[in-house]
Amino acid sequence: MLTVSIYRYHPELDEKPYMQDFQVDTGGKDIMVLDVLNLLKIQDRGLAYRRSCREGVCGSDGMNINGTNGLACITPLSSVVKNNKLVLRPLPALPVIRDLVIDMDQFYKQYEKIKPFLINDTPAPGIERLQSPEEREKLDGLYECILCACCSTACPSFWWNPDRFIGPAGLLQAYRFLADSRDTATEERLAGLDDPFSVFRCHGIMNCVTVCPKGLNPTKAIGHIRNMLMTRAT
Amino acid sequence: MVTTVTSYGRSGLSDWLVQRASAVILAVYSIFMVVYLLLNPLIDFAQWNSLFSGTSMRIFSLMALLSLGAHCWIGLWSVSTDYLKHFAVRFVFQMVIGLLMFIYTIWGVQLLWGL
Repeated sequence: MLTVSIYRYHPELDEKPYMQDFQVDTGGKDIMVLDVLNLLKIQDRGLAYRRSCREGVCGSDGMNINGTNGLACITPLSSVVKNNKLVLRPLPALPVIRDLVIDMDQFYKQYEKIKPFLINDTPAPGIERLQSPEEREKLDGLYECILCACCSTACPSFWWNPDRFIGPAGLLQAYRFLADSRDTATEERLAGLDDPFSVFRCHGIMNCVTVCPKGLNPTKAIGHIRNMLMTRAT
Repeated sequence: MVTTVTSYGRSGLSDWLVQRASAVILAVYSIFMVVYLLLNPLIDFAQWNSLFSGTSMRIFSLMALLSLGAHCWIGLWSVSTDYLKHFAVRFVFQMVIGLLMFIYTIWGVQLLWGL
């Protein structure tokens, strides 16, 4: 039997959050954390968590698993469980709506700030804006982000200033559009980032890189943004 | 774009650059002092005094002193904006740090140049 300790909070019923322990029979199999949650849901129908694709594509089930952020659906028990105990908490820093469900409003507001769409004022060609294979290659390691918020909520700079620091997820996407050969708003995008908070609150501790379930490197992207700002200003 | 008026250079890039450049100067100065003291373990007042009476050493020390002021201001400003959430507390902290940096810098100049 696996002991699962889960963060519980129902704002209409509970005065404050608490941890609740469950015993789960995994049948000795190395199942995913999401499978454990689904087994728990049978024990307690009131348990709330987000999930959708169950294969690491939608980014719904980001949560804090034994102290590290990750996606429950692609995290096998063998990679996180020690002493037969699993501790599940919501992603840190953002307000809790109920149990493991968080309010991601602040996260999306930061994403919105970086204008996550192509800006190109030149006349549209008849069929499509072409890219060379080399230009397209620059977007590898950037476009794969699924906005699960594991990185931003693992970042202390985002914890202290979620309203002013864009956060690793937003900055990875900021660079994704800065690096895109089809985008013509480079100057406008960079001008919006040159303040002491938006980019420069990153102190390079790389928690984002450690937790990213897709193996992406936001710190490297932030470094590229810094270099672009530097080139522009000197 | 987030507007700030109490940060060192208003621009994130400028603060970042000053922080790094001042760190290099402080590192070089610290290494120099440690090596000098290791090579001269029995240093007396006359030797110490002659070291700091040379113009190049005074320039080097003043550069380190100004770097220390800028470095502390940027660093502590960051700390205050991370941890001090109440506007009045944060503003007073920033002003006290600014004032201290100013006093220490002027005091340091006075000591270095024997004014």
